[in-house]
Order: sequence, then structure tokens, then C-alpha cells
Amino acid sequence: MADNRRGIRSIAGSLVLAVVGRVMRIIDIPLRGLQKVAGQTGMASFFLLPNMAVFTVFILIPFVINFVYSMTGGTQIFLDQRRFVGLQQYSEIFSCSDYLDPNSCLQDGFWTAVGNTASFVVIQVTLMILVSLITAVILNREIIGRGFWRAVFFFPVLLSPVVTGLIWRWILERQGLLNFILYELFGAEQFNWLTERTTAFAATIGVSIWAHMGFYTLILLAGLQAIPRDLYEAAQMDGTSRSRIFWRITLPLLMPNLVVVLVLALIRAVQVFDEVFVLTHGGPGTSTMYLIQYIYEMGFASELKNPGLAAAASILMGAVLVVLTLMQMAASRRNEKKRES
Amino acid sequence: MGRITLEKITKSFGAVKVLQSIDLDIRDGEFVVFVGPSGCGKSTLLRQIAGLDKPTSGDICIDGKLVTDVPAADRGLAMVFQSYALYPHMSVKQNLAFGLENARMPKIEIERRIAEAARMLEIGDYLDRRPGQLSGGQRQRVAIGRAIVRNPTAFLLDEPLSNLDAELRISMRAELSALHKRLQTTMIYVTHDQIEAMTLANRIVVLRKGRIEQVGTPLELYNTPANRFVAGFIGAPSMNFLSGSIVAAGGEGTTVTVLGEETLTLPRKADDDMTEQAITVGVRPQHIRLAGPDEPGIGAKVDLVEGLGSETVVHARVSTGERLLAVLAGQHALASGEEIRLTFDAKDLHLFDKDGSRLSGT
Amino acid sequence: MATVWQFITRRRGGEGWHWTDVATWVWLIGGLLIMFGPAVWLTLSSFKSPAALSKFPPTILPYVTQEVRVEGFDKPLPLYEVTLPDGTMARLAEKRRVGIIAQMIDPKSPETVHKININDRKPVDMVEFATSNYTEPFLQFDFLRYLWNSVFVTVMATIITLVINSMAAFALSKYKFRGQNLILIIIVGTLMVPLGVIMVPLYSVVSALGLFNNLWGVILPTVATPTGVFLLRQYMLTIPDELIDAARMDKASEWQIYWRIVLPLAAPALAVLAIFSVVWRWNDFLWPLIVLSRSSLYTLQVGLNVYAGQLNVQWQYILAMTVVTMIPVILVFVFLQKFIARGIATTGLK
Repeated sequence: MADNRRGIRSIAGSLVLAVVGRVMRIIDIPLRGLQKVAGQTGMASFFLLPNMAVFTVFILIPFVINFVYSMTGGTQIFLDQRRFVGLQQYSEIFSCSDYLDPNSCLQDGFWTAVGNTASFVVIQVTLMILVSLITAVILNREIIGRGFWRAVFFFPVLLSPVVTGLIWRWILERQGLLNFILYELFGAEQFNWLTERTTAFAATIGVSIWAHMGFYTLILLAGLQAIPRDLYEAAQMDGTSRSRIFWRITLPLLMPNLVVVLVLALIRAVQVFDEVFVLTHGGPGTSTMYLIQYIYEMGFASELKNPGLAAAASILMGAVLVVLTLMQMAASRRNEKKRES
Repeated sequence: MGRITLEKITKSFGAVKVLQSIDLDIRDGEFVVFVGPSGCGKSTLLRQIAGLDKPTSGDICIDGKLVTDVPAADRGLAMVFQSYALYPHMSVKQNLAFGLENARMPKIEIERRIAEAARMLEIGDYLDRRPGQLSGGQRQRVAIGRAIVRNPTAFLLDEPLSNLDAELRISMRAELSALHKRLQTTMIYVTHDQIEAMTLANRIVVLRKGRIEQVGTPLELYNTPANRFVAGFIGAPSMNFLSGSIVAAGGEGTTVTVLGEETLTLPRKADDDMTEQAITVGVRPQHIRLAGPDEPGIGAKVDLVEGLGSETVVHARVSTGERLLAVLAGQHALASGEEIRLTFDAKDLHLFDKDGSRLSGT
Repeated sequence: MATVWQFITRRRGGEGWHWTDVATWVWLIGGLLIMFGPAVWLTLSSFKSPAALSKFPPTILPYVTQEVRVEGFDKPLPLYEVTLPDGTMARLAEKRRVGIIAQMIDPKSPETVHKININDRKPVDMVEFATSNYTEPFLQFDFLRYLWNSVFVTVMATIITLVINSMAAFALSKYKFRGQNLILIIIVGTLMVPLGVIMVPLYSVVSALGLFNNLWGVILPTVATPTGVFLLRQYMLTIPDELIDAARMDKASEWQIYWRIVLPLAAPALAVLAIFSVVWRWNDFLWPLIVLSRSSLYTLQVGLNVYAGQLNVQWQYILAMTVVTMIPVILVFVFLQKFIARGIATTGLK
């Protein structure tokens, strides 16, 4: 029976392979002709073509026309129907009577989103690094079932943002698990976590850390495991205390990975959207409205639809991301150099 | 037929000239070995012949047909690579069949050729295994088999034995030699190991820095190296070079002094009159012997003695401080620090001018 | 039991417990609860009836009130554990309720009516999994459609990604041609251009191509992933060039070299990219949200968001569909977790 099934499976497998093989052989016939004309190296262009075509149409061109977009006005989506307004969108963004108060700006929505995002980034990244570092250090110890524990912290990383958002919405509901636990432990009143400004903001931070910390933990863990064991053993032979080993050996040697994690976390935090959008929809009010959601609503959803403004805002955000990415590249290049030497 | 002619082959990578105007005529059925130190361009030259690279300038002809612009696949050559380059995801049989299938050969013919190669190379037992499951020697056979089934006009072998251990290398060398005798197909073999070159080749091409230093049969290279480089490269251990000068040239001989200590007359006369000129005298370690009590000779101080039983290797230093290596037949009771006198026969000396070229006529 | 405890507390080197050991286990157990707890809670909740969902404090398992059929009544009546005025307990069915007084009857003798204060009774609960939470959305709503759309997008995008990324990676790793470095720089450079930055112009490009409200409008912009090209290229660089040379000597065409030599040998990297691509595309949210406005085209993620965003959220269905959306990712997690973890640790991909 089992033999039979394996037989069927291998027959099916070889059937698929045979079909694919036949298709590839048929493709090969015109391509041999092409190779005769184009030559060996000329075939490189052929292999590049599909990817580069898609890449050009859907990444490169949008990237370039984004700048044009940001200099046009109106609500039309096609460029030829939009009127050129020069730098008006930018000047509108930057016209504030008081540069310390977002409400005094013409585009107060933008600056509110910027402010929200900034606070989010600072708090979330700090906590994220802290939590991931502690977890990585703990997972690097001699514990029973390390693979299992690593999996535990990694689990939410794969979940879709929508699922993550809904899971936590359900827990933070008025009838939800959190209120239940607080009620059982302290007899606390039911509380609407997601309709209160501070708690909603805290929830977006907590949920995004929950969702992504496993990723950073893995990177840091890889860094920790790259530190040679004999260094610890040598330190132990010298009678160095555990805390001293951590501060004087582990942390300095982990620093390159920490820098990479820091910049990666920054880049991702600036682009926070999916899970918090599902969780709070930017509310209550605009207290958890972050940049991407602002751009999204300006571009597509809101009644004040203004794609030009959205494009200008996205370019400003892109500039921040470019700076961060350059930092990351510099950091990883320095790491590589260090590893080589 | 497998006659390969190279005319003024030059290859540059950017500003770096890897091959400089190589001319060479390889006859049908010949076993030619390209030898030289690493970076001399021997592998690059082989790749130009294979068609895997295109020369910057110059022409390659196979059996009189110009193939410089013909892609590798259509030159009718087969190659054995240093790393064997067996397709790791295919069985031995599939490895052998791959090239034949690409040439749209009928299945029956493919089977026949594989069976024949398997018999010849004794790889029939592991035709269904993957390369990863084979030992180094077995992989080597498969790599050769993959070339043989193609029935090529010439075999190109790029350091094929360098990944084997010493013992296996010697036995594979013998097998390759036998294979060549049997197939009578042109083989071009690249190696940095002069012993391989000496044992395998009909003709050796010595390369250095992208130029051919000398072409000749193994014994021609050994007996009359064209320059100091070839002299030092061919033969193991390397030839000793001592400073000397020509005292006189007349009659049928050339008289030289070595280190100003011993004067000998070579039975060969230099073409040019080089009297009084400073030269380099080369002598192979095997040609040096201890001088008898009355014999003239050069003084040397022993640094190290390695008694190998059948012979004794002596590392010594002569009066000028130059190092000298002597391989003395038999066993000798020598100790380091001992002063000895060494001598050699005049006919075994090689004379080089200050540019390193062999003095013509000698 | 003692040996189990000994096994758990045993430490390498036989040292005693340090405070960091305690902290470690507190952190790990706490992590287990916080990381897995929410998903487990969601799954348990997804089997509850709407009534059970709105109950506070909630129960862990899905309870429903037991009901009995009583002669003379069309509908089954809910069953209660009642403390009678004389202090004895009885199981009675509720006939009617007026204010805080319920008229209750014994199912065996429905003639006598007891008037009971509702504080003196407790519903008789039993565990019942409300599987209709799962079947209803598929049968009555469009979730089967959404599921299909999600599968279609994920499978198509992954196949195309693998094919065109591997072709480009092959060209960039095994050939030398002019402009190679420029292309590499552009590809690496666009790693800096996330969707959030180009969504407005991308939307206009997609619309101009007539791909608005079209699943291909979701698929195509995602397939030329710079990450994929980069990952595959790095891997293909480790395939020895001599193999390519050998294949050329063996009369293989360049296309044959690609699919018979390079693709099979790059299988490990292709597998990593395939897994990531599946997870990415399955989880994609913002872009489908922008491109798909017709409800029949929604992917699961968009559909879930729309249903969860309604004024009157039908949590019982949302929870069940969230579990369904989670299942493929859980499968990937269970079977490929180690593989992915290694992928992330070595490439920093996500």
C-alpha cells in the first residue's frame, strides 16, 4: 500500500518533470537560434529582460514619476490630466505659523502623522532592541529545548499583519482577554483600550513589538553565536563575573549586529502601517495615524483626496529612508571589513 | 585529426596582458604539456583553445580551419577540468550522456559509447551514483570518461591530477599515458608540476608571464634548457646557479672558472667570443660529487645533510655565500659545519649569459 | 516526578542555580504565554457562539446553554440549574421570563410552573464548538472567493518571481557584460524604495495598464523583487564557473545551462525564496487594499479587514476567518521554521 503510494507519487513527480522538460526543450529551440545571433554574452540580456521589464514598469518608472507627481495638483490620477503647480505641495507642507506646533500648519494632518510616527519610532525601536537583546541573550544560554524556545519567539513574525491586528483587537476589546485577566487579578473595571489616546498608542507599539521582535532576536542570536566560545571560557578562567563578561565581551562583540538591527528597526518603524491600521484605523481621532496611513488616505481614501500632496509626503519619507538605508549599508560594510581582517 | 595551430595569440584582461603573442603548432596525436608557475597564462591559453574565452588578437586553427570565432560547443574538443566540474545533481551516467544528448545523438549510440568508456575506465560499477558519492580518483575517471564519450578531435586537460593525493596521482599519470597511446588523439595538458610534464609529454611548452620560454621534448628541455628559467624549472631538485666567468674559448671547447676556484673546459664551443665575460654556470644537484683528494674542486660548508639511504642530499654554502644543493649517490658521513670540496664534470655544465639566456653553441 | 524536576533543573557543569537562571525561565515561560497565548485565545474564541462571545467574564472553552425539548412547545427551551425556595436543587426549563422573575417548568412534568428569581438559577452549560462560524462565511459570504483569490495571487506571484528572478540572477552572476554593475546598483538601490514611497504613482501606472481591480495588478508589481534577485545571485556566485564551462564544452545552449545546471544547483536558494515569497504574498495587505475595490476580487487579508471594519462587527465570523487565514502560515511555521530561521540569520531577509 505504502509502496503503491510512493510509486504513484514518483510517477506523478516524473510526469511533472517530463512535462517541464518538454516545455523547456521547446523553448530551447528558438533560443538556440537567438543565441546564434546574439552570441553567448548577448544571451545575458535575454535572461535579464523579463525581470528588468517588470522592474522598470512597476518600480523604476513609478519612482521617477513620483517626483513629477509631487509637482502637480488636483484630484485626477492620470498625470496628463493634472496641472503643474511646481513646488506648491512642498511649500504647503512647510507652511506653518509655529514650527513647534503641528496644528498651526496648513497641512496639520501631515505634521500630526510625522509627530505620531516620530514618537512611535523612538519608543518602539528602543523597546524593540531591549526586548530582542534580552531574548537573544537568554536563547543563547545553555537551556533545554533551545530550538523550541527560539520558535516560540519567532512565531508571530510570519503572521499576516491583518491577522496580528485582529488577534490583538480581539484581546483588547471591552469584552476581551486583557480586561478579563485584569478583572481576575485585580478586580479591575472593563476598559476600552483602543478608544483612549494613550492606551491606543501604547497598543500599537506593543503589538508591533510583539509581531516583529522574533526577527531581530534571530539576527542578534546569530551574532551572539558567532562569538567564539573560547572567549567566554578564557574569561571564566580569569574569574570574570557574569555581568562583567556581558558588558565587556558580549556587548562589544555584538555591537556590529546591534547597529544593523537598530537601523533595520528604524527603517521598518518609519513605515509602520498594516497591523496598526487594522488595530486602530489610526484612531481614536488621529492619535495613531502614522505616515504611511496618511499617504494612503491622501492618495486614495480620504475625501480630501490630493495625490500630489501624498506624493510629496512620500518623497519626504523616502528621503529619510534613504538616509537610514545608507547608514545600514555603511554599517554592514564595516562589519564585512572587520570580519575580513 | 587533431592538429591545432596558434598564431600570435594575445589576451588581455583590461590593462593586464596575460598572453603575449603565442605561436604554437600542435601536431595530430601529440601529447603536449603546458607547464609553468601559477599565473604564467597556461590555463588561459587552454581556455582560448577550448573556445571558453576569446583571444584579444591572433588566430586559432583546428585542422587548418579557422575557429577563433567558433563557440566552444562547435569546436569538437573535450575538456577535463581541475575541479572535474562534474554536474553534482546528475548521476555518473547522466554526466556522461549530457553532452551526447545535447548533440542529439540517438539513444542507442549514447548507451554504446557510455558502456565502452565505462569498460575502458572501469567505472561501470558506479554509473548510477552521484559525483558526491565518489572518491577523488573515481571522479577523475568519470571526468575523463565524459571527455572520451564525446570522441573529440583533441582532449584539453586543465591540471586534472592536482586534486589527487600523491600516490593516486602517480597511478593516474600512468593510466593517462596508456590512454593516450591507445586513443592516439591529440592531448593538451596543463600542469604546474614539471614531473607530470616530463613523464607524460611528447613535447613540453614552458610558459612564463604569458610568453613561451621553450618548446621541446622532455629530454631536450632537461639537457639543453634555453635559459635560466627553464633550467631551474625543469628537473628536481632545481639546478644550482653559480657565478663564473669565461677564461678562454678556442678549438672545440669553452674554458670557464667556477667561483674562481675551479677551471674546466666544456666540450662545446660558444658561438660568440665571450672571453673574460661574467656568466652564470648551472649544474644539476645530481651531477655534483665529492672531490677526490687530488682533484680540483670548489670549497663548501655543509649546512644540512639529509641521508635518504640511496642518496645523500647536502645543503651547502660556497665561498661567495651562494647556496648549493648536491645530491650525492650512496651514503656519506657528513656533518653540518664540515668543510667539503665538491666537483662536477665539464660536460654537465650549463652556461648562461647575464640576461639568463643559454650561451649559444654550448 | 522528582526525577522530572531533577532533569529540568539539572544544569551543565552541575552548578547551583543563579538568579539569572530564574530570570531566564520566567522570561521564557512569560514569552510562551504572550507569544502563543493570543493566537490560542483567538482559535478558542472562534468556536464560540455570538452569545458566548459577548459574555463577560469570558470562558476558555466554548460553552452554550443546554436546551431541552418539552412537549407542547415548538422550540427547545434553555435549561437551568435552579435553587428552589425550599433550598433543593432542580433542573428546570425556562418557559417565559418577565422582569427578574422566570416562569420555569420541569421538562418531565411540564404542568407545574415555578416562579423563580433569575438570581437563583444558573444556566446548564455544555461545551459545543460552533463550527457554523467556519461554514457560514464560506457558504453565505464571499470568503471562498477571497480564499481562492489569495491562493491565486500567492501561487502566481511566487512562480513568476522564481522564474524571472532566477533568470536575472543567472545573468548577473554567470556573465560578464557592460552595465552589469550599474544594474546591480540600481537593484540594490531600489531596496530603499518600499511600496509606501511609490504607491501613488504605482497606482497610476497600474491603472494606466488597465490592471486596476484586477488580480494581476496585485501580482505583477511584486514579482521583480530586488531581494529575490540579490539572494539568488549571491547563491549562484557559489556555483563553480567550471561547471558552466563544462556544460558549454558539452554543447549545452545557454538556456540549457540555465535550467539543467544552474536551476537545479540553486534549488536551496530557490526554496528559501519560494517560502518567503509565499509568506509575503499571502500576507500582503496595503497594495491589494489599494488595487482591489471590487468585493469579488478581495484577497483574504482585504476581505477580513473590510468585514472587521464594519460598524456591526460579526466577531464570530471574523475570528473564524482569521484562523483560516492563519493556517497556511502556521503550516509553514511548523514545517519550515528552522529553515526560515536559518535563512533570516544568514541573509537578514524578511
